[in-house]
Amino acid sequence: MNKSVISATDLSLTYETNDGPVHALQDIDLNIKEGEFVSFIGPSGCGKTTLLRVIADLESPTKGMIEVNNMTASQARMKRAYGYVFQAAGLYPWRTIGGNIKLPLEIMGYNKIEQEERVSRVLELVELTGFNKKFPWQLSGGMQQRASIARALAFDADILLMDEPFGALDEIVRDHLNEQLLKLWNTTKKTICFVTHSIPEAVFLSSKIVVMSPRPGRISKVIKSNLPNDRTLDIRESKEFLDIAAQVREVLRKGTADE
Amino acid sequence: MNKAKDLWHLIGPILTILIAITAIWYVSAVWLNSAWAYDKAKRANVTISFSEMVSDTMIQQKPLLPSPHQVIKEIYKTTILKKVTSKRSLVWHGWITLSATLLGFMFGTTLGILLAVGIVFSKSMDMSVMPWVITSQTIPILAIAPMIIVVLNAVGVSGLLPKAIISMYLSFFPVVVGMVKGLRAPDKMQLDQMHTWSAPKATSFWKLRLPSSMPYLFASLKIGVAASLVGAIVGELPTGAVAGLGARLLAGSYYGQTIQIWSALICAAILAATLVAIIGIIEKITLRKMGIQL
Amino acid sequence: MIWIIGAIFFWIIFWAINIQLSKIESNKFIKLLVPTLFGFSILILWEGFVRGFDVSPILLPTPTAIAIRFSQSLNILWVDFVQTFIKGALSGYLIGCIAAFITAVAVDKSSFLKRGLLPVGNFVAALPIIGMAPILVMWFGFDWHSKAAVVVVMVFFPMLVNTVAGLNAKDNIQHDLMKTYGANYWQNLLKLSLPSAMPFIFNGLKICTTLALIGAIVAEFFGSPTRGMGFRISTEVGRLSLDMVWAEITVAALAGSAFYGMMALIEKGVTFWHPSQRK
Repeated sequence: MNKSVISATDLSLTYETNDGPVHALQDIDLNIKEGEFVSFIGPSGCGKTTLLRVIADLESPTKGMIEVNNMTASQARMKRAYGYVFQAAGLYPWRTIGGNIKLPLEIMGYNKIEQEERVSRVLELVELTGFNKKFPWQLSGGMQQRASIARALAFDADILLMDEPFGALDEIVRDHLNEQLLKLWNTTKKTICFVTHSIPEAVFLSSKIVVMSPRPGRISKVIKSNLPNDRTLDIRESKEFLDIAAQVREVLRKGTADE
Repeated sequence: MNKAKDLWHLIGPILTILIAITAIWYVSAVWLNSAWAYDKAKRANVTISFSEMVSDTMIQQKPLLPSPHQVIKEIYKTTILKKVTSKRSLVWHGWITLSATLLGFMFGTTLGILLAVGIVFSKSMDMSVMPWVITSQTIPILAIAPMIIVVLNAVGVSGLLPKAIISMYLSFFPVVVGMVKGLRAPDKMQLDQMHTWSAPKATSFWKLRLPSSMPYLFASLKIGVAASLVGAIVGELPTGAVAGLGARLLAGSYYGQTIQIWSALICAAILAATLVAIIGIIEKITLRKMGIQL
Repeated sequence: MIWIIGAIFFWIIFWAINIQLSKIESNKFIKLLVPTLFGFSILILWEGFVRGFDVSPILLPTPTAIAIRFSQSLNILWVDFVQTFIKGALSGYLIGCIAAFITAVAVDKSSFLKRGLLPVGNFVAALPIIGMAPILVMWFGFDWHSKAAVVVVMVFFPMLVNTVAGLNAKDNIQHDLMKTYGANYWQNLLKLSLPSAMPFIFNGLKICTTLALIGAIVAEFFGSPTRGMGFRISTEVGRLSLDMVWAEITVAALAGSAFYGMMALIEKGVTFWHPSQRK
């Protein structure tokens, strides 16, 4: 049964600044079901990162309600319901790659044997086997991001929240990581929320695309994707892909037009 | 309404800490001076109540810890109430220390900047001298102060100059280190740009390196001026406490005049704070004129 | 006369050697050789000028005279070293730095206290704290306890300011990650705040090594039992035995740079991950 894991009702977040209030999010209504891959796309200031951070309980809404796994966002966070991947890897330079992946495991109280087992398992998932004892600065940007994803997969969280994780990487590495992420999704069946700037990336990865627009930050349209789950990179040339991409582009254009 | 909140946000914590420090000072004064108060009463064969003891601890002549108002009164007495030329005036003593500080500071800064320029532009100087400059920061230079005073006195140089030399020495090293860092601060891109304009080394120096070094220079100047003041104070000790704030500190400790010691100390602290603040103001004006936002 | 000419001659030779050395590709050995040659040439200049100009030994003794006096006085120098450095400076350093560290960690929980303590701490760190020496001698007596107390006061504020700055310096992403893991206060402190604060903490520790030694020596100028480096310096200066004074200064210099160097070595080991250590 596809139950709802993330639901937002009437969600709003307003910042008070010296130049007046900033409506980062306004009246967001959203429902994300188990196992979905949802992309959030929109121009700067549309609130996509803010929305992700509200789901993660890194920010608090000023109005409305957010529920994760049928609890408040805070409770979900304390229950370690999700793994978060930031735009930058955020690896701790004084720990090895293995040590970095162990960090959440140590905090959450997994025993040493389990830790070792999980580390080797996720390193294999992101194809970084053997880099266990290396330090973050010895790895390239792409590899650091892979390590960061591995870290988010190491503990048992059913939800993955990703904030433009591939934004700083070059196109070829990005394509490769997109493929890997999709494979991961198909294997682990987690619910993934993915924030991105890139239309092709959003269309390629998602089962559902949430298009947002700024000032105030709101959802313009939710577009469902009918592409098959086990897709490869060449699906990006197909008619169905281009149709969906065109829809997204249209909504984005309209969103910035009526400002 | 917002402005008041912002002001409180800035000043509130500092004010709280200062009030807390004053309160702790008073309590400590009562605590430390109480032994003497009870002792005095015992010798006079009277018993005193707690409140009498407290009021006594606030007015003792040679307290273990003078109360804040005692110190303030003494400072007031020896600065405002005394003639500036009197040998008991803290203003007079303060000026003696200050003059040595300023003289030494100016020399130290000038020499420091010159040496820094030399180090940045001559590789052999950089490799020979810079390691010694860095090492010298780990050496307790102040320990040499007595020797310098006595030696210079023996060759007939006394009074202001020996102290100024110590101050010069102490401000010299932070200025060299800071200035070298600052002159090397422009990043490769900016230096390359000067190169593409075929700018001669002198132009590159005056228009790029020197302006980039300003923030570093001012940071070192603040450290240097505080060090100069300490140098001047310590320089006054070996000559047997004749004149200056350091001399007052020493004299006070010889005769057990704690209030005198504290007033000289507070005066030195105010002097240090003022000097650093003045440099801070000059820094703000200079950097603003140069368009650097701090 | 011959001494002066000889000294200048050697100075020029060493300077020329250094110029040549600095032109070739530098390695670790050369980087060490050049300043050593420079220092050595200064010593030669010193020796030559003092002998050549017949400078009185009560003004400036020759390096050789100092070396001789040094080797003759090892016992006294050792006693002074233990009194000032080990008992006075080291104990004060440990107490002061640990106290500052604990205070900083305690204060870190309250942003209100942080905003108050940091400016006040910065202010106090710039004051001539050494002036407290006579007061502390009065409270703690002539022996090394008062010197240790002076050192505690001198190192406390710079160490506090540096540690608070370090604990504040966490990366935003690293901090948010801890939140997403639902980490509690202690886990956050031990796994994130403290490791990332290490570069700042060691910066403070290094600065305080010098302050500790200065504090202990200068505090002895204000009163001391009949031993200690500061005591020896001020009394020997009074007796005009400058070679002994220079011998003590040499001990102080060696102790100071060794202390600092040891901290720098530990720093290298602990903060190996920091960009400044990775050049």
